[in-house]
Amino acid sequence: MSKNEWPLWEIFIRGQHGLNHRHVGSLHAPDAEMAIRNARDVYTRRNEGVSIWVVPSNAITASSPSEKGPLFEPANSKVYRHPTFFDIPDVVGHM
Amino acid sequence: MYAQLVKSEGSKTREEMSPEEIAFQERIDRGERIEPKEWMPEGYRKTLIRQMGQHAHSEIVGQLPEGNWITRAPTLERKAILLAKVQDEAGHGLYLYSAAETLGISRDELLEQLHSGKMKYSSIFNYPTLTWADIGAVGWLVDGAAIMNQVPLQRTSYGPYARAMIRICKEESFHQRQGYDIMMKMASGTPEQKAMAQDALNRFWYPSLMMFGPSDKDSVHSAQSMAWKIKINTNDELRQKFVDQTVPQAEYLGLTIPDPNLKWNEEKGGHDFSEPDWSEFFAVIAGNGPCNEERLGARVKAWDDGAWFRDGLMAHAEKAASRRHAAE
Ligand SMILES: [Fe+2]
Ligand SMILES: [Fe+2]
Repeated sequence: MSKNEWPLWEIFIRGQHGLNHRHVGSLHAPDAEMAIRNARDVYTRRNEGVSIWVVPSNAITASSPSEKGPLFEPANSKVYRHPTFFDIPDVVGHM
Repeated sequence: MYAQLVKSEGSKTREEMSPEEIAFQERIDRGERIEPKEWMPEGYRKTLIRQMGQHAHSEIVGQLPEGNWITRAPTLERKAILLAKVQDEAGHGLYLYSAAETLGISRDELLEQLHSGKMKYSSIFNYPTLTWADIGAVGWLVDGAAIMNQVPLQRTSYGPYARAMIRICKEESFHQRQGYDIMMKMASGTPEQKAMAQDALNRFWYPSLMMFGPSDKDSVHSAQSMAWKIKINTNDELRQKFVDQTVPQAEYLGLTIPDPNLKWNEEKGGHDFSEPDWSEFFAVIAGNGPCNEERLGARVKAWDDGAWFRDGLMAHAEKAASRRHAAE
């Protein structure tokens, strides 16, 4: 077996409608340029995208599952961040 | 199915489970998705690697019987369509390999296990595609059976696997329809063409039924996999559904399913049908099907012949990177 395994890349694609690039999956490629070419074939065979980003998988730092509570729970109690928290009389009109 | 005989690990009673294992099972029971870096029982991880690996290998080896007809497709349009279909299967293999890699095994390791015969792929791809009608039958029946299995797997408990399945399912319907389209053309053609379509159905019917794996009473690994939601339906449930779906499709084509025992059973609300020859199934799985040697041989040859190319591109990439470093 070859010890020369191609590195892994994470692939991000922007679709037709001007939204953010979105993670679609990963693939192996020797370098960034080949990763883009391969991503074209693997992830955009049906016009799924107009732009591709590739990032070496090992360059991504992820939050750890055990931090889920401390990271995300504080937002639970802050319902006033949502517009529906406030009762505005109908007569005021759309707001 | 594409993973027909997945040995599952670590079947435990609730009393034997550790608190971590109980919490894990409860997450699955609540319908939560398990994600790569989260804690999981070793058995879950190993069983998934086996199942996803088998599934990926099937997509890749599955290109070979159809690839056989790309250069001989009857029209340029059919050729372009078949090429696109086979290219999709390469994509499916790649989605699944990278999903499996999140479990801590590399794609090269998975391939090595395929090449050494340690890991399996679906028995269906060890049958030859002798005529153009076989390409129709493969799309109609083999992709049809694959869809039957893959649709529920979109809800499987392991996040990367479920997401790969969602992508795959979006693409599969094209595969089945292009196959049925070939069958429609052949079945409404000359008597010789119709006979060819019937012959393809005759040869692919039972191997397609085998795709769902052994009968439930002989399927020892199902219970644990179903508890983990990496298997959603039993083999027999899916096989029944496949038969019921396919019967009217064959009727429309004016073709006869090669089973004298096939008949509607009002009481169970489904068809009665003959089981495939399970001794043939186990022989094919063990490596003794009509094309096992040819298929695995072609995979190993492609891998070995491609080594200089993979290494060359890697060497080029490393050289370019070190040149960039030096310039900085
Ligand atoms: Fe596929
Ligand atoms: Fe397919």
